[in-house]
Amino acid sequence: MTAAVDAPDQESWFHRNQQRLAPWFFLAPGLLFFLVYVIIPVFQSFNLSLYEWDGLGAAEYVGFRHYEDLYWEWVDRDAFYTSLKNNLIWLLLYLLAIPAGLFIALFLNQTVWGIRLYKSLFFFPFVISQVVVGLVFTWFYDPTFGLLNEFLGVFGLGPLNVLGDERFVTYGIIFAGLWPQTAYCMILYLTGLNAVDPEQIEAGRLDGAKGAKMLWHIILPQLRPATFIAFVVTIIGALRSFDLISIMTQGGPFGSSRVLAYYMFEVALSEYGFRMGYGAAIAVILFLIMLCFIAYFLWSMYREEKGH
Amino acid sequence: MFPKPIEKQPRAAQITYQAMLPLALLLWLGPLLAVALFSVKPAADFTNANYWGMPSSFEGAFNYGQVFFNSDMPRYLLNSFMITVPTVIGAVALSCMTGFALGIYKFKSNLWIFFMFVAGNFVPFQILMVPVRDLTLELGLYNTKTGLVLFHIAFQTGFCTLFMRNFIRALPFELIEAARVEGISEWRIFWYVVLPLMKPAIAALSVLIFTFIWNDYFWAVVLTQGAESQPVTAGITSFNAQFRAAYQLMSAGSIVAALPPVAMFFLMQKHFIAGLTLGAVK
Repeated sequence: MTAAVDAPDQESWFHRNQQRLAPWFFLAPGLLFFLVYVIIPVFQSFNLSLYEWDGLGAAEYVGFRHYEDLYWEWVDRDAFYTSLKNNLIWLLLYLLAIPAGLFIALFLNQTVWGIRLYKSLFFFPFVISQVVVGLVFTWFYDPTFGLLNEFLGVFGLGPLNVLGDERFVTYGIIFAGLWPQTAYCMILYLTGLNAVDPEQIEAGRLDGAKGAKMLWHIILPQLRPATFIAFVVTIIGALRSFDLISIMTQGGPFGSSRVLAYYMFEVALSEYGFRMGYGAAIAVILFLIMLCFIAYFLWSMYREEKGH
Repeated sequence: MFPKPIEKQPRAAQITYQAMLPLALLLWLGPLLAVALFSVKPAADFTNANYWGMPSSFEGAFNYGQVFFNSDMPRYLLNSFMITVPTVIGAVALSCMTGFALGIYKFKSNLWIFFMFVAGNFVPFQILMVPVRDLTLELGLYNTKTGLVLFHIAFQTGFCTLFMRNFIRALPFELIEAARVEGISEWRIFWYVVLPLMKPAIAALSVLIFTFIWNDYFWAVVLTQGAESQPVTAGITSFNAQFRAAYQLMSAGSIVAALPPVAMFFLMQKHFIAGLTLGAVK
């Protein structure tokens, strides 16, 4: 420190202030990119949702009309509320990936020969593109040759056209989505289980805790960080569901498997026309739903930061 | 260790466990194995409704040959690489700097900027779709790989900053203080002190971003159109249209499309998992 105090005026202004300036130089490129491509577009979409725009001509201000159209379903019958309902189903059922992942992680948390390879292979579905997962499951459900119907046939059931039936289609797609998501949660828990304190387990054993009791009172509290991340990525994944729907059903049959993300895309960028403003309004609603969770995540992170 | 190690269980339990492992795996990867089986079958098997039996002849070489020499697939694969690799480099480079800025320096808006990156990383893609597409059109980059790369870099910077910042936070701060006492400039501290320590984080992020971008489908559809710029995820739909009902070729194509991130995962497994757990679960 003394050197800096000794000769302050021989140094340039930049040199003297470099600790104050440096972070901004380091931040500038990343921040610029992020503002231009992510932060500003969010606000632009909010603005756009108040306009009628086909993507080419002049935009016409319509106020909150798009939101009214959505609320009363004046433009597309049975589209908005079906999507909203499906989003809710996605959100709830996708969370099953967390206990399922925990279950597989507990199953695989052993040290037998070859277990590392087993763990990697169980994780496999997560690495594969959702597009491929979608194709794989489309064939899995295929009414003429799909494995599912071969399986049901053994019990004299079926054939069942999962993706062609309005009652099952969303559940069928969610099931496909759960496959990679469970793999993700599994890996989170496997890493978490590695870090569980063996002394606490021993202490628990001495107190006579085992099985479910041990899991609930001793293991799960220590897995909290893993559970938190699993929760975050699963919620985000559920609300982002788009690829699978686009590949497996394109929202069908009769729009019954749409979610907001897909509905928005359909409205703004498909053969059904370029209703950019209307699409933006749907996106805003999806964003507001997501915002509740984002706020919660940030709040948790904030408490964590302050705790340190 | 929990659950109780299987070695300490009765012999019967051990055998049951050893037997259940491969069975469970078979069940878990069933749909995928089905596709692998499809990809080596001859076309005749599908017309004869021999879906699940043994292939009547092994046509793996022919099917995969078709994919590589008689379709746009190599083009799509090349596009995917040309989109994925620059994105990885760009996003990691930018986030090394942002992570350093947010992890090392104390200034008023630090936490707010950090939260902005985190929050931006979680927004639904659809709220960005129309403005980003417009911006890309205006820049004359619609339907180019560059347009896609620029967006990906920007968006991934959010996640990468979260990761890098937390990683740098966990480094021993005394190192930086010691360097400052020595009168080393901030830029040199970044380059010679912190960056070498960030190698594991850089490796983890690289494999992770590689997989994310390779598997991206939404933005590929929104920002590109034809075989000249579309990555393999978007290309596979037109590939499937070309080979409609030729299940053996569609399967082979899917496997080829899925392979690079899988290979990446197996080669860099340790880094990959460190990345996925956000470094938070150690």
